[in-house]
Amino acid sequence: MIVNFSRRALIGSITASAGLLTSGCDKITASPQGQSLLGLGETLTYRAQRLITDRQALAVEYGAADMSPVFRANGTSNPGTDAYNAHAANQFADWRLLVDGLVAHPLALSLDQIRRAPHRTQITRHDCVEGWSAIGQWTGLPLGLLLRRAGLSGNARYVVFHCADMLGGRPYYESIDMVDAFHPQTILAWGMNGQALGVAHGAPLRLRVERQLGYKQAKYVMRVQAVDSLAGLYGGKGGYWEDVSGYQWYAGI
Amino acid sequence: MVSSTSDTVERASAAPQGGQLVRRHSLPVRLWHWLNALSVFILLMSGLMIFNAHPQLYWGQFGANPDHHWLAIFPGHLQIGSLMIPTHGIIAGVTPANGRSVAFAPWLTIPSHYDLADSRKWHFLFAWVLVVPGICFWTWGFARHHFRRDLAPSLQELSPRHLLQDIADHARLRFPTGSAALRFNILQKLAYCGVLFLLLPGAILTGLTMSPGMDAAWPWLLDLFGGRASARSIHFICAMGIALFILVHLVMVVLAGPFNEIRSMITGRYRLPREKGE
Repeated sequence: MIVNFSRRALIGSITASAGLLTSGCDKITASPQGQSLLGLGETLTYRAQRLITDRQALAVEYGAADMSPVFRANGTSNPGTDAYNAHAANQFADWRLLVDGLVAHPLALSLDQIRRAPHRTQITRHDCVEGWSAIGQWTGLPLGLLLRRAGLSGNARYVVFHCADMLGGRPYYESIDMVDAFHPQTILAWGMNGQALGVAHGAPLRLRVERQLGYKQAKYVMRVQAVDSLAGLYGGKGGYWEDVSGYQWYAGI
Repeated sequence: MVSSTSDTVERASAAPQGGQLVRRHSLPVRLWHWLNALSVFILLMSGLMIFNAHPQLYWGQFGANPDHHWLAIFPGHLQIGSLMIPTHGIIAGVTPANGRSVAFAPWLTIPSHYDLADSRKWHFLFAWVLVVPGICFWTWGFARHHFRRDLAPSLQELSPRHLLQDIADHARLRFPTGSAALRFNILQKLAYCGVLFLLLPGAILTGLTMSPGMDAAWPWLLDLFGGRASARSIHFICAMGIALFILVHLVMVVLAGPFNEIRSMITGRYRLPREKGE
């Protein structure tokens, strides 16, 4: 009798607690104060990772045998705008990468110029925020080299990548800090798995910032802009998914 | 004879009798228990929402939709290897949230509607609430010999005969009485040690292995678990192990007398169960 009552009480109280916990958490999630409390986790993670880890530490590089047989294309698979289609049809021969913002010498570089510059090839793991990962080979121009050549200002704190693709009517963009911008593995990739970067994976240029999650790896990069603040750009949170869905700007975790 | 001991608290030293109110759990144990109760529940429930974003698990360095998975939860069934288990939409299944079906139903997840960004915020904030007090508790437990004194199983306790006896006692719901109830029995010791030294550290380290930033800084994490996809699988297994522990733990609390057990974890004071006919 007592056991039966207790068992019912137990099941009841677990269900009630779960319900209370979820509805309580939902209320906290929905409130601005709750969001700033939850944002504390990201700040802690960012600060702690920058503090206790070697800022120059390289992401693990794999061998050719470790590569994913099929590398899943995610996000936009083709920007499909008239301007982009025209560039793609022309193998991006008239396309130019703009480098501007807080730089002494703004640049407009052709894909040929970028390919002829020093490049780095790396086989790395791509980790999607959803939980899947894939290993692929990337070849591209080290971003640090490009920023130095453009004469980056000492006031610049972030590098912003403006993209050709639109999602839900909003342009895709991303941004990183200077630690990641000058990291040796941070490249603007024009080659993937030994071939020219395909449209599904972000042709003509895709950012690879290997110590962060997939949504930071901006595809279809058209313009690189150095800024001192992210506040005035698009939604102000430093990236498309950060603005639209509240994903963490620092995606090292 | 029925003991007429009042609510005065006796020290456990002089072999206390059944019916006496004695000190049982120290303050660090009680604090850590309740802090953990909060953080582990939030971590489990937000973790299930994160799992909902990609309800498949793999072994190795990588794993995505085109690759071979060892576990998947589809609407209506759970697949483990080649085994298909129908779920009848109870836990896993067809519950639509935001118009999308999810592996784990809304009543089990934080938030209750599909939102990967918010579940990650909950998970990573409360990961700190698990790890920082956890490290303090570990340090205290080793420094003050709590683990060696109260949790380490003795060789005699690990003998098959003793283990079988304890399993039989548990199966008959025959719990220790008098001063014997002050010490953890061998199944409790193994369960608590398993959570403290295997499941919780395992969950924390595999959690770190899923971070691309931490993998760059501490590449040994990937060697330890055999890759990020494996670490994600082990993380899930550890979480399920912790959930199973909580379920059994709660059932045992109810069977052993919830008022006395919960009081002992709040105030530290515990009334020793009386012998039969005492």
